[in-house]
Amino acid sequence: MLNLHALSVSRRRRSVLSGIDLQVGAGEVVGLIGPNGAGKSTLMEAALGLIPFSGRSSLAALPESRRARQAAYLPQSREIAWPVSVEDLIALGRIPWPGGGRSPRDLAAIDAAITRMELQDYRKRTALRLSGGEQTRALIARALAQETPLLIADEPIAGLDPAQQLACLRLFRDLAAEGRGVLVSLHDLGLAARFCSRLVLLVEGRIIADGPPDQVLSDDLMRRAFGIALHRIDTPEGPAILPL
Amino acid sequence: MRPLFPLLIALVAMLFMASLLIGPAGIGALTGLKALILGGEGPLPIVMREIRLPRAILGVAVGAGLGLTGAALQGYLRNPLAEPGLIGVSGMAALGAVIAIQTGLALTAALMLPFAALTGAAVGVGLLMLLAGPRGGSVTLILAGVAISALAGAGTALVLNLSPNPYAANEIVFWLMGSLADRSMVHVMLALPLMVVGAVLIARSARALDALTLGEAAAAALGVSPGRLRIWLVTGVALIVGPATAVAGAVGFVGLVVPHVLRPLVGARPSVLLPASALGGAVLLLAADIAVRLILPERDLKLGVLTAIVGAPLFLHLIWKTRSGGRV
Repeated sequence: MLNLHALSVSRRRRSVLSGIDLQVGAGEVVGLIGPNGAGKSTLMEAALGLIPFSGRSSLAALPESRRARQAAYLPQSREIAWPVSVEDLIALGRIPWPGGGRSPRDLAAIDAAITRMELQDYRKRTALRLSGGEQTRALIARALAQETPLLIADEPIAGLDPAQQLACLRLFRDLAAEGRGVLVSLHDLGLAARFCSRLVLLVEGRIIADGPPDQVLSDDLMRRAFGIALHRIDTPEGPAILPL
Repeated sequence: MRPLFPLLIALVAMLFMASLLIGPAGIGALTGLKALILGGEGPLPIVMREIRLPRAILGVAVGAGLGLTGAALQGYLRNPLAEPGLIGVSGMAALGAVIAIQTGLALTAALMLPFAALTGAAVGVGLLMLLAGPRGGSVTLILAGVAISALAGAGTALVLNLSPNPYAANEIVFWLMGSLADRSMVHVMLALPLMVVGAVLIARSARALDALTLGEAAAAALGVSPGRLRIWLVTGVALIVGPATAVAGAVGFVGLVVPHVLRPLVGARPSVLLPASALGGAVLLLAADIAVRLILPERDLKLGVLTAIVGAPLFLHLIWKTRSGGRV
C-alpha cells in the first residue's frame, strides 16, 4: 500500500531523513514513534510527495488526483481557515472524487464519517467555534470521508481526552481490520503498544527499529532513542507501559 | 443561503435598469427603453446606447470583477484582509495610466489611456511572477505584491511631483479617484473579454480554494497542486483587475468589503463565496455609480471616493466584530 525505498530528505544542506525503507500493508496499523525532531512529520510529507526528496515512494509516484484517492493525510497542524460548518468541513474530503461533494455517494461517505466520529450533534455547528479536541475529531472525520485505502495521520491523538484517544485508536484498528492501512505517529508508548500491529522507531532521521511492539519497546532501544527506561505492567487489557 | 442568490440577481437586474434610466438627460423610463431597444431618430438612442448602456455594463463588470477577485484572493491567502489591489497589478495599471496622461499620450487616441494602463498591469504581473517565483508560498506572493504596489505608488507620486502642468496633475488626481462616467462601448469591448477569461480561470480554481481551508499541506494531499493554483489564480486576478483599473480607475474597498459581508451568508465556503461576491460587487458598484449621479450631479462626485466612504465604516465594523470576540 505504501512502499518507501532509500528515501532521503535534505533541507538547507542538512540531512533530515536518510535511507528510509518502510512498507505499510493492508490490515496494518503502523505506529511511527521517536523523539521530537526525529523526522516523523517529514517522513509522512515526503511519502506523500509534498516535499522534495530522493529515493522512491510508491505514493508520490502516483499522479496527484490518483494519490488523493489512495491516501488521506491528517497534518499535525489542525488548520481550519474559515468558519465553515462541521458538515462542510468533512465534505472537503470528497474533493478528489467526482460528484462535486453532493452526489449520493459523497453524501453517504460524509454521513458514514460523521457517524464513525460520533459528530451527529455537531453537524451544523461552526467548526471554528468547537474546542480543539472536537476540531481534531472533525478533521479525522474529514480524512475518513476521503475513503482511501491508506490513512496517514500525524499525531492524531494529541489534544484528545483519554476516552477520545482510545476511541480514535480503536477506530484505526477497526479500519485495519476492514483491510485498510494506517500509518500513525504518536508519543504515547503505552497506547502505541496496545493498538499498533507494528512500530517503527525513528531517531535522528533513521529507522533504528521496525517490528512488533514488544521488540521495538525494548529497554536498549528506548534508552538509545529517548534516554528513558520503561516499566511494564501486564494487565488483562494488554501491557501498560510507564516511562520512567 | 438558498434565497441569497435569487435576491442578489434580482438586485443586480434592478440596479442595472436604474443605471440605464437615471441620468442628467432626464429621459422617461419607457421612452428611454424604447430608444435603447428599437433605436430611432434623434439624440435619444445615442444617449441610451452610447452613454448609459456602456456605463451600466461596466458597472456590472467592474463591480463583479472586484468582488470576485477579492473573494478569490481572500480564499487563496486565507486572510479576510486581502483585496484585489494586494498583488500590485492595479497599482501598476494606475501608473501606466498616469504616465499616459502626463506625457500627453492619452490625448493622441481615445484608447491610449486604457492601453497604457493594461501595459502597466502586464508589467506588474511579470514583475510579480519574477519576484514570487514558481515555488514560493503565499507569504512570498503577498510580500512581492506589497513591494510592487509600493513601487507603483512611488512612481505615481513622482509623476505628480515633477508634473510641470497643473492641468495634467489635476486630471491625474481625478482619474485616480475612479469613475465610470463618459465611457464608451469601445471601453466595454476592450475590458470585458479579458475579464471573462480571468473569471473562468478563477471559477476553475474554486474547489482548490475550498481545499485550502485545511491548510496548504492538507490541500496538496487532496490533489491540489500549489504551483498550478497560484499561476491560475494570479493570472485570473490580473486579467480582471488590470482591465477594470484601465477603464474605471482605482476603485477601492469593493473587493475587500463585499466578500467580508457575504461570507457568513454562504456558510463561509470559498467556492460559494466566489459567485456571491461577484454579484455583491456588481450590486455595490452599480448602487454607488447611481448614487454619484444623484447626490451631487453638478459636482462630478467620483465613484472611488463614494465606495471608500461606504467601505470604510464597513471595515470598522469588521474590526469591531473581531475585537468583541467574534471571529471574522
